[in-house]
Amino acid sequence: MNREHLRILLPVLSLGILLAAVFYMQPRAMSYFGLNLLFNLAVPVALATIAQMMILMVNDIDLSIGSFVSFCACVTATFVQTDPVIGYGILFAAILVYAAMGAIIYARGLPAIVVTLGMSFFWSGMAVLVLPSPGGSAPDWLRALMTAKTPILPVAIIAPIVIAVVMHYFVKRSSLGVLLRGVGGNERAVARSGWSVTGLKAFAYGVAALFCVLSGMALVGLATSADANIALRYTLLSIAGVILGGGEFTGGRVSPIGAVIGALTLTLAASFLSFLHLSPDWQIGAQGAILIIVLAVRLVFTRREALV
Amino acid sequence: MVENQNMIGTREVPIITLAQAGVSFGPVKALDGADLVIMPGECVGVVGHNGAGKSTLVNVINGRLSPTSGTVSYDGAPGVADFRNSHRARSSGVRSVFQELSLCPNLTVLENYRIPYRNMPKAGWRKNAASAVRASLDAVFPDNGIDPYSVVADLPIADRQMVEIAIAFSRRDIDARLVILDEPTSSLDGAIADQLLAYIKTFCANGGAIIFISHMMGEIFDVASRIVVMKDGRIIENDDASNFTRDGLVDAMGHVVPDTQDVANILEKREFGPEVLRMENGLNARKGEVVGLAGLAGHGQAEVLAQCFLERTSDWSASRAPAVVFVAGDRSRDGVMPLWSIMRNLSLQTLVEFSRTFLVDRKAERGIARTWHEKIGIKTDDLDNPILSLSGGNQQKVLFSRALASSAPIVIMDDPMRGVDVSTKKEVYRMIRSEAENGRTFLWYSTETDEILECDRVFVFRDGEIAAELKGEQITEENMLRASFEMQEAGQ
Amino acid sequence: MNMINKDNNMQPQKRSARDFLELVSGKPWIWAFLAAGATYLATLLVVTNSAGAGALLYAALTFASFSVIVGVGQMFVVTLGPGNVDLSIPATMTLAATLSLKFMATDGALIVPGVLIAIGVGLVCGLFNFSLILLLRIPPIIATLSSSFLFQSLAIWSNRGVRVKPPELLAQFSTGGIFGLPNVALIALLVSVLAWCVLEKTIAGRWVLATGQNKRAARLGGVPVNAVRFVVYVGCAVLAGVAGFVLASFSGGANLNMGTEYMLMSIAVVVIGGSSIAGGNSNVPGIWGAALFMFLIVSMLNSYGLGAGVRLMLTGLIIVSVVVLASKRRHQI
Repeated sequence: MNREHLRILLPVLSLGILLAAVFYMQPRAMSYFGLNLLFNLAVPVALATIAQMMILMVNDIDLSIGSFVSFCACVTATFVQTDPVIGYGILFAAILVYAAMGAIIYARGLPAIVVTLGMSFFWSGMAVLVLPSPGGSAPDWLRALMTAKTPILPVAIIAPIVIAVVMHYFVKRSSLGVLLRGVGGNERAVARSGWSVTGLKAFAYGVAALFCVLSGMALVGLATSADANIALRYTLLSIAGVILGGGEFTGGRVSPIGAVIGALTLTLAASFLSFLHLSPDWQIGAQGAILIIVLAVRLVFTRREALV
Repeated sequence: MVENQNMIGTREVPIITLAQAGVSFGPVKALDGADLVIMPGECVGVVGHNGAGKSTLVNVINGRLSPTSGTVSYDGAPGVADFRNSHRARSSGVRSVFQELSLCPNLTVLENYRIPYRNMPKAGWRKNAASAVRASLDAVFPDNGIDPYSVVADLPIADRQMVEIAIAFSRRDIDARLVILDEPTSSLDGAIADQLLAYIKTFCANGGAIIFISHMMGEIFDVASRIVVMKDGRIIENDDASNFTRDGLVDAMGHVVPDTQDVANILEKREFGPEVLRMENGLNARKGEVVGLAGLAGHGQAEVLAQCFLERTSDWSASRAPAVVFVAGDRSRDGVMPLWSIMRNLSLQTLVEFSRTFLVDRKAERGIARTWHEKIGIKTDDLDNPILSLSGGNQQKVLFSRALASSAPIVIMDDPMRGVDVSTKKEVYRMIRSEAENGRTFLWYSTETDEILECDRVFVFRDGEIAAELKGEQITEENMLRASFEMQEAGQ
Repeated sequence: MNMINKDNNMQPQKRSARDFLELVSGKPWIWAFLAAGATYLATLLVVTNSAGAGALLYAALTFASFSVIVGVGQMFVVTLGPGNVDLSIPATMTLAATLSLKFMATDGALIVPGVLIAIGVGLVCGLFNFSLILLLRIPPIIATLSSSFLFQSLAIWSNRGVRVKPPELLAQFSTGGIFGLPNVALIALLVSVLAWCVLEKTIAGRWVLATGQNKRAARLGGVPVNAVRFVVYVGCAVLAGVAGFVLASFSGGANLNMGTEYMLMSIAVVVIGGSSIAGGNSNVPGIWGAALFMFLIVSMLNSYGLGAGVRLMLTGLIIVSVVVLASKRRHQI
C-alpha cells in the first residue's frame, strides 16, 4: 500500500461516511430513485471537475470553468438543438480557443489565474450573446440519454463511474498521460527530453475544454434549458472536487477517480445539508468550509508523512 | 576537420567531435575553443573547479546549448549549430544524468522511463517499461530491491539517483552509446558507487563511452581512461589517465599557492573575544574570528548557514540592531532585487538602522550608498542605475555592502565569491580582515580553497555534518581534502 | 574593418531603442490614461452636448473611485509576487456593507461606529484569509476563494433579503460633491495618495516591493516577510470593507451581488495600470487611469448601443490582451 493509495482513501472514506449519514437520516434514499435524486447533478459536476483536474495537472488553475460550462450549455440549448452543424462547430472552435490559451499561457509565462479570470468574462459575454435570457431547450437525444432508465443503477451513478474509469486509463495508464503528469511534476525534465511543453499544455487545456463541453451538454440534458449563469458555481466546485479527491495544486499529483469521488461528495453534501434543514443561505459557505477543512486535514496527514 | 583527418585509417568513428567549440553569454565566455574527440569505448573523466565550464561543455555535447563558435559533430557527420543539435545527440545515443535530479517525483519509476523515450511502442508499454527498468537497475546496481512500480517521491534520495542512472543506461530504440554522468555518486554510499564504477567499466569494454564528472579523485582514477582538465572555460589538459597523478591533477585544476605575505598574515597570532555563536552541530565562533566552512559543495554548509541566520532573525519584525546579516552567493536566488537600483539594493538591510522613523531617510540612504560606493569600489557612475546593469562581481560588492553597512556583530557569507574577479576578491579579503580586527565575526562558506585559507578556523563538512575542525597551521588544502574525502576512500 | 563599423553603427540605435523602452517601462501608467482619454473622446462622438461631456466625466470619476479603492488593496497583494491575489474582495465588500448598514439602521448618529464596523469586518476577513494562508499553507487563491464563500454566506444570512437604506446624511455625502468633484472620488484620492506615500516613502513600502521581487532574498536581507504579508492581506480586506461601505451608501443600500464585478475589476485595474503581475512593482497612478478606462469603455459601448454580452466579452479580451502585451514587454527588456 503506497501513498498513492492512502491519498485516495480519504475521499473514499468521506464519501462513505456522508452516504451513511444520509441513509441513516433518510432510509428511503437507499433506492434506485433515491440515489438518482441524491446524485442528480453529479454528472455535469464530475465532468467539470475532470476538466479542472486536467488544468491542475499541468500546474495551472482555471477560474473560467464555470462561465465556460455556462457558455457551452447555452450553445447546446440553442444552436446544437436547432442547427447541429453550427452548434458543434462553435463548440469545436471553443475547444481550440482553450487549447490556444494553454499554449499562450505557457509560451509567454503568463499567470494562469489572471488569464483565465479574464477569459471567464469573455465566455460570460459570449453566453449572453448566444442566449440573452434564460431559455432554450435540450436536444431530445440528450434529454433521453440523461434521463434514461438504466437497469440496477441510475445514470447519475453509472456515468461518473464510466468517466472515472476512462480518465483513469487515460491519465494514469496511457503513455500520453504520463507525459502530461510529467509536465506537472518536472517541466524541465520533460522539455529536456525533447517534448514540446507548449504542445502538451495546449493538449491538456484542449481536453479540459472537451470535458467542459460535455459538462455543459449534460447540464442542459438534465435542466432542459439554460441561462448564461447556469454553471458559475462550477469554478469553485471543480477546484474543491479535485482537492477533495486527493489532488494537489502543484506537482502533477491528481487522481481522476479521486476527482470524481470528490465531485460526488460535493453533490451529496448539498443534498445532505438540505436534509439537515440547514438554511440554503449556508450552502455556499458550507462548501467553502468543507474545502478549508479538507485542506486542514490534509495538512495534518502530510506533516505526519514528513515525519516518517 | 582536423579531427576527421586524424581518424582516417582508423576503423572507428568518434561519437562526438568538438572542434574549437565556444559558447559565449554576452561578454562571458563559458566555453572557449574546446577541442574534444570521444571514441567508443572511452571513459573520459572531466575535472575542474566550480565555474570551470564543465556543465557548459556537457550541455554542448548533449545539444542543449549550441556553440556560438566552432562546430560539434555526431558520429563524424558535420553538425550544424542549431536547435536540432539535441535531436542529433539523442539519435547518436547521447544520454545525460544531471547533477540536479531530473526525475518527475510524482511519477513511478517506470513512468519516468517513458519521459526520455521518444518513440516508445505503445502496446503493453507499462510491462515493457517495467522490465526494461528492472533489467537496467539489476545490471548497474545488483540487489537494489527498487520496485519499478513505486512512486519516485516515496524513494530515498540514493534510490532516486540509482533510478536516474539506470534509466540513462536502459534499453530503448536507440542504444545508449555515450552517457554523461555529472556527479553520479553524490548521494550514493561507497558500496553502491563501486557497483556503478564496475558497470561503467563493462559498459566501456562493450564499446560504450562515458563522460564522468566528479569531485572525487578516487573515482576518476578508478574508471577514467582519459582525463580532461578544465579551467576558466578552457580545456587545459587532455591526456591518458595514466599520465596524471592525483597531485598533478589538483595542480592542473588551479592549485592555489598562497603568497608568502598572506601566509605570514594568517599565521600572525590574533586574540579572539568570547564565543558569540554555537550551533547544535558544534559549529561555533568567537568574537572577531573568521570561521570557514569547507568541504565539497552541497554537503550541508549552505543549509547550516541559512538555519543559523533564520534562527537569529524574525519573520515578524526587523531589529535596529540585528544579530546577524547574510551575504548571498547565489545572487539571483538569495540576494539581488532585480527591479531595483543599486542604491535601493544596497540599503535594504539597513533601512531600519539609519532611518529614525518609519519613513526612509533618503539623505542617510544616499550617504551610506556613497560611502560604500567608494569604500568597496562599485564600478558605476550613478548609484540610481539598475542593479542588473552591473557585472556579477559588482553586484556581489553591493550585496557585501548591504551586509557590512549594518551594525550586526555576525556576518554570514554563503559562498559569496562565485563569478567574482580576482581583484575584487583581494579587496574583499582585505575588508573582511579589517572588519574582523574591529571585532566582527564572520562565518564564511566557500567552495574555493584560497578563500578558506584566509580563515582563522575551518570546519570541514561532509554529509551534512562537521567532519573536522582545523586551526591555524592545520588549515591546508591537503587537510581539507582529506577531511572531505576520507569516507569515500574508506568505503572502497 | 567592415564588421567593426557595423558594430559601431549598431550601438547608438540600440541605445536609443533601449532608452525608449526604459521610458515606457518607467511610466507604464501613461498608457492607461491615454486609453481612458481615447475612450472618453470616442464616447463624446455620440454624446454631443457639452453637459453630457461633463456629466460623463463626473460619473466616470465617481464609479472609478470604487475600483480605485479596491484596486489599491489588490495592488499591494499582487505586488507580493506570483500566486498572490485576493479573490475575497467582493464578499468582503458585501459583508462589510451589510453588517454596517444593518447596524446603523438609517440612524445618522451611528455613522462613525458604522464606519468602524466596516473597517472591523475588513480586519477580521483579512485576518481569516491570512491565517488560512500562513497556518494551513493554502495557496492564496484557494484560501481567499474559499473564505469568500464563507463571507458570502454570512452576508446572506445577516441580510435576509432586506435592503437596509443608509442614513440620510451618509447617502447625501456619498452622492454629493465639493469643488465639482464627487466626494467618493476624494476618498479614493486620499486612499491612493496614502498608498503612494507608503510605497515611495516608507520602509514598509520598500519591504513590500522587496518581498514581491524575491521573498527568499528579502528574508535573507532582513525583511520581516510574514509581517509584510500579514499587513498587506489585512490592509487589502480593510480597503474592500471601506469600498463596500461607500458603495452601499452611494447606491442606497447593500445588496448581495453588489461586489461581484469588483473581483475582476480589482485585478484588471492593477494589471492595466501597469503594475507587474510578476510582483515587486506597483503603480498607483496607473490604477486611476485604468479605473477610468474600465468605466469609460463600458459607457462607450453603451452609448454605441452594444449590449451586456459584448461588454463582458470586450472586458475579458482587454484584460487578457493587456496581460499578454505586458509579458512581451517584460521579455524584451
